[in-house]
Amino acid sequence: MTKASASLRRARWGKLAIHVLLSLGALVTILPFVWMVLTSFQTLAESTRIPPVFFPSSLNLKNYRQVFYSLPFATFYWNTFVSTVAKVAGQVLVSAMAAYAFARIEFPGRNFIFVCCLAILMVPQQAYIIPRYMLMLDFKWLNTLTALIVPGIASSFGVFLLRQFFLSLPGELGEAATIDGCNHFQVFHKVYLPLAKPGLIALSIFVTLWSWNDLMWPLVVNSSTGKMPLSVGLATLQGQHGTNFPVLMAGAVLTVWPMILLSLILQKHFVEGIALTGTKA
Amino acid sequence: MRSASDSVPGFRKVLRSRKYQGWLWGYILILPTVLGLGLFYLWPLVQSFYLAFTRWGAFGDYRWCGLQNFERLVSDPKIVDALRNSLVFTGLTVPLSISLATLIAVLLNAKIRGVSFYRVLYFLPVVTMPAAVGIVWRWLFNADYGAINYVLQKVFAIRGPSWLTDPKIALYSLVAVAVWGAIGNNMIIILSGLQNIPTVYYEAADIDGAGVLTKFFRITLPMLSPTLFFVSVTAIIGALQMFELVYMMIGINSPAIRATQTVVYLFYREAFINMNKGYASAIILVLFVIILGLTFIQLRLQRRWVHYD
Repeated sequence: MTKASASLRRARWGKLAIHVLLSLGALVTILPFVWMVLTSFQTLAESTRIPPVFFPSSLNLKNYRQVFYSLPFATFYWNTFVSTVAKVAGQVLVSAMAAYAFARIEFPGRNFIFVCCLAILMVPQQAYIIPRYMLMLDFKWLNTLTALIVPGIASSFGVFLLRQFFLSLPGELGEAATIDGCNHFQVFHKVYLPLAKPGLIALSIFVTLWSWNDLMWPLVVNSSTGKMPLSVGLATLQGQHGTNFPVLMAGAVLTVWPMILLSLILQKHFVEGIALTGTKA
Repeated sequence: MRSASDSVPGFRKVLRSRKYQGWLWGYILILPTVLGLGLFYLWPLVQSFYLAFTRWGAFGDYRWCGLQNFERLVSDPKIVDALRNSLVFTGLTVPLSISLATLIAVLLNAKIRGVSFYRVLYFLPVVTMPAAVGIVWRWLFNADYGAINYVLQKVFAIRGPSWLTDPKIALYSLVAVAVWGAIGNNMIIILSGLQNIPTVYYEAADIDGAGVLTKFFRITLPMLSPTLFFVSVTAIIGALQMFELVYMMIGINSPAIRATQTVVYLFYREAFINMNKGYASAIILVLFVIILGLTFIQLRLQRRWVHYD
């Protein structure tokens, strides 16, 4: 009896220690966010006071107004939103089609073409940037939303992820539908596509994050303020305001809240999607 | 099947037409991907190889220059610095972020309350735009008014350094930010790996009276090794391509730029600021070879430490 209660007490202390460690880590993780939000409401004078002011004297929105006054952030939101949605829709559709073909249809050259797709994953993304930039120049796509959308639609990663998914679904379903008279396309979009929904959601989440957060490609192709996304807008804001950190923090808050909100709403899907890449790959 | 196709006239024909139909659908379904990858990946890759042997003029004109770029490459001290920065950055960020992520994942897996609450908090940096991460940490690291130096002064009575402008320290400051940003992603993959370890192993170990550490090193780590392998391969490739933090936190005019610029930042700088697109192409080929080499080495070493059932 005493032995059991002793081990119970030890387990309780163990759990307390775990909570202390995890809370410390969590605190380090979120403090930069807290500091960002607090500073975004401070005046420049408050932000450079020693000792630092933790809470702003009032909830003034001057810095946020300053951000919109300096740069067309509403346009940046529109550019980022449109290019992200279009890229997600395009990439998920195109990748699902190819992934299904590679997983479920026999045709000559299938394995060779698939291996070529995989080889692309080995190359650092930057190796494509200069020739792609030259293509955009030739197509007259520089400083258009098309430049942010079209080059990112076909994706080896998307095809690879979804192919693994289609392979994990039982083949008998397709055979049954074929006997019922469905052609390959009908089997794909009526039988397999609905079953692959978790994979499609995972891919959508990745593409959304990458598209929203990407910096180098839009920096290269869309440098005019009318066509740049939020990431380049934030970099431009830093170029204008150097060390006016309250304004910069307001800009940072404005660029990061949509993805944070989305990840809180779709928390389960974000976690499952990331875990999926670890198990399927 | 055979008897059916023999007895029913035309059935074989139907089968064959289905086969060709399959070919047709296969090609139609992969067509957009093949076109897109061909135009925006394969063709640019071929061109990148070609461009590495060209020299660029002031107006975007370029001509063949043989091995000149590569000759310059081997004698350019900036390349040596950038390679060293990239390797030091990767060599510190990857092990630190993976070991911290493993620690947090193991703690989260200990059947405690509030797992999803902690998970949300640890996850925040993963969804945050790297450009914004850079700006926020530039503020925290600010030598005069930054929160970090204030805490150092107040709690430890140390005068904090110039985290981002001192060439001796700046790279390590970037490592700290990158580790902070990478833990959440790695933690989630590792946690799902932990949850896939069958509990019978632990039950058997409990019966044998094994301690916590024994269980960790004898069961958890070996069973987790395929996951850790995957995480380290992707983390290394990601860390070698770091660009945003240098761009946002250091910048081209900083006294610490030579001590922090990575291979990819140098590539960007040569390609789009100095307009040496030929030389930049040669630089990125070097990175390509390094990534291939490291991945190959990892696949080789994998046999030594990764256990598959």
